[in-house]
Amino acid sequence: MKHKAILTVLVIGAVGLIALYMTIASGGNWDYILPRRGMKVLAMVITASTIGISTIIFQTMTNNRILTPSIMGMDSLYMLLQTALIFIVGSGSAFIMNRNLNFVVSVLLMMVFAMLLYKLLFRKEGANLFFLLLLGLIFGTFFSSISTFMQVLIDPNEFLMIQDRMFASFNNVSSDLVWVALGCIALTILWMWKDLKYLDVLALGRDQAVNLGVDYERVVRKLFLVTAVFVAISTALVGPILFLGLLVANVTYEVMKTYRHSYLMAASALIGIIAVVGGQLLVERVFSFTTTLSVIVNFIGGVYFLYLLLRERS
Amino acid sequence: MVSASNVVKFFGKKKVVQDVSIQVEKGKITSLIGPNGAGKSTLLSIVSRLITSDEGEVRIDELDVAKCRGSELAKKVSILKQANHMTLKLTVRELVSFGRFPYSQGKLTAEDERYVDEAIDYMQLTDLQHTYLDELSGGQKQRAFLAMVIAQDTEYILLDEPLNNLDMKHAVQMMKVLRRLVDELGKTVVIVIHDINFASCYSDNIIAMKNGRVIREGTVNDIIKPSVLKEIYDMDINIEDVNENKICVYYA
Repeated sequence: MKHKAILTVLVIGAVGLIALYMTIASGGNWDYILPRRGMKVLAMVITASTIGISTIIFQTMTNNRILTPSIMGMDSLYMLLQTALIFIVGSGSAFIMNRNLNFVVSVLLMMVFAMLLYKLLFRKEGANLFFLLLLGLIFGTFFSSISTFMQVLIDPNEFLMIQDRMFASFNNVSSDLVWVALGCIALTILWMWKDLKYLDVLALGRDQAVNLGVDYERVVRKLFLVTAVFVAISTALVGPILFLGLLVANVTYEVMKTYRHSYLMAASALIGIIAVVGGQLLVERVFSFTTTLSVIVNFIGGVYFLYLLLRERS
Repeated sequence: MVSASNVVKFFGKKKVVQDVSIQVEKGKITSLIGPNGAGKSTLLSIVSRLITSDEGEVRIDELDVAKCRGSELAKKVSILKQANHMTLKLTVRELVSFGRFPYSQGKLTAEDERYVDEAIDYMQLTDLQHTYLDELSGGQKQRAFLAMVIAQDTEYILLDEPLNNLDMKHAVQMMKVLRRLVDELGKTVVIVIHDINFASCYSDNIIAMKNGRVIREGTVNDIIKPSVLKEIYDMDINIEDVNENKICVYYA
């Protein structure tokens, strides 16, 4: 099987990079380094795979390969929450300093928002997914504008705190949260396991899916919630990093060349891990923390897209 | 038998289907005709549960379409819409295999593969089965979608303007295939069709709609008459008998 061979290569690549990350420049302090780096790797694996998988699901649901779940406005809401907390209660408060509390509040707020968005729109029959996305987009812009407004009023030292939250960072992820996140994600996957087979059919579009006997409204509602859970958890864990999804999903389609979601989802998780762990290695070892992961992933992603475009033309 | 009773559908405040009741005979081709905006496609979408009606009910062999499980209905009735825009890169065979989803839920058995082979063969697509859909011509693509419907192996097949964008040769081929599906395999076919002469030459029964209502229904001989057609289309249409077919002449 061609697809299995590609998956094997991806597994080897991902495991190799993780091993390299765990052992590079260790200086022999294994007892100190392994648990610390292990936790970081786990956070990266969780984030990368949830972002990869949720983007694939989202793009299949919307039959569109340039959308990412960030269009629902959840990462803007996260930034708004962080900004508002610092603006109102200050950076010294428990909501900011206590990572666990902040995580719980962020996840809850993002889930409530996703549900409201959904309820608001699906009360009436005939409302479609694209209205939902449009509404999400408008809310997202609205949230960003309010955040910016508060950020310009705030004390510059406090603003540094916000800036820290603007970029995804794996450097101080709390180990409790990693386990909580892992548990939530495992439960979510278990919950949607039986509906995964519908993804291949959903990719044919709504009419064909209904024709082939998929309970379209129920399945889409469930997948929407799954995407929301994944996005909320990964964002609250490390910060906004949804830009990664577009890159990972499109590289996945390019590499796998199949419509089967069992392969696509596995591959997207692995490619996500390779991108994040590889990027983090570069950040730490080559650039010694002078740049951020987003810059590196965007740079490499941009170059890759240019390569794809040029190759298509010739 | 497919029966719709007192079906009403609003789009916003406009009533596009008004209190429609129809019965479709088993083992026949029934054509839905009428001017643009008559509600034909909407009615077909309601019958096939792609959209829900605001009032009334649709029954397919005693199954209530609004209440029955989608997965059950998918083994009974299939629908092919006119716009088959496809973002996926699929081969013909992969597309046709999707037709087996109601039975296999994605894991094809040897029996499913046999149905797929038969459907591809029936539509004479064997040479093209590993070609990607976006490399096919309009006529070939339409055949591939019909092959998928055949693989779905439902008793009732509903088609929304199956001749759209087909040239004469492919349109005739398509209608002949539908005729064979009914005569050889005992399927029941309902089509929305604009070309009145195709409706006249290939269907058994015709249902005429106008302004959201059924205004006439009956056999081809009942409907293809100047007086009835005048009522449906508001124009004078001459009818000539050519090789035992009734041909409507309305071009000039």
